[in-house]
Amino acid sequence: MENKKIKRDAVLVLLCIIISAAVYFIINIYVKKDGAYAVVKVDGEIIRSLELNKNTSVIVHGYQGGSNIIVVDNGQVYMTDADCPDKLCERTGRISRTGESIVCLPHRVVVEIQGNTAERIDSVVQ
Amino acid sequence: MKGTKESQRIYKMVMCGVLTALAMIFSYIESVIRIPLPIPGIKLGVPNIAIITVLYVVGTKEAITVNFIRISLTALLFGNINSFLFSMAGAILSMLTMIILKKINFFSTVGVSVAGGVMHNFGQIIAAAFIMGSSAILYYLPVLIITGTVTGAIIGAVAALVAERVKRQAEKNL
Ligand SMILES: [Zn+2]
Repeated sequence: MENKKIKRDAVLVLLCIIISAAVYFIINIYVKKDGAYAVVKVDGEIIRSLELNKNTSVIVHGYQGGSNIIVVDNGQVYMTDADCPDKLCERTGRISRTGESIVCLPHRVVVEIQGNTAERIDSVVQ
Repeated sequence: MKGTKESQRIYKMVMCGVLTALAMIFSYIESVIRIPLPIPGIKLGVPNIAIITVLYVVGTKEAITVNFIRISLTALLFGNINSFLFSMAGAILSMLTMIILKKINFFSTVGVSVAGGVMHNFGQIIAAAFIMGSSAILYYLPVLIITGTVTGAIIGAVAALVAERVKRQAEKNL
């Protein structure tokens, strides 16, 4: 009985890893394309939409008064100077492809890359 | 377990107290450890060692109670309302899954813990996507499921050792 259970455990572990690895690759191939906009949401509401080909930096005030600075630099977006306790948003680093996001859970701030007009913008090189 | 009803009742009570304290220490340790992967909602699930031990040694009702007390006290001491909401969403889903899987007796402690770990991360990320109105957060799911599986397996193996030892000790003393 115990042996059987351990075999089932192993099957469960393998299934979880295989399925999520497959989903991971599908997302990378079919969802992640070059992005065009960074959409900033606070507590579920869109507050800004930043063009990726215009370098800028904006300060965002999140849930419970926290602040994050969002920087657009050379088509990439990153967060800096966040006063959240975990600094997870800063450690996420740079994102630029659709489906990618930077999340600051304590401030309820999300930056999402979107690109419905990505092709059009691609052809306009500065 | 032999012993009188009264001594068993006291044993259960003391066990719950000790394991709640242990779960809180684990919660604190977990909040200090920095996981190199910058992914929202990622956790090692160390407190689950204590919760699984309660589930296997004491009982279902007690495991739910201990986990609820642990989450509330941890949020009060080291967290905030946000972290409380996300941990609750993860914990409810994870507890339910582990209780059902333990009842149907299909997996060992490791399998139960893996399912619990995966469902914990699943619940947290769904809650985050919902609260922050962002479906893009769900793209973190595959990585969260893999890490939940790996940490869940390790935590489950440790919890099985702890539970077995605690049970043996109880049989000796009661
Ligand atoms: Zn942050």
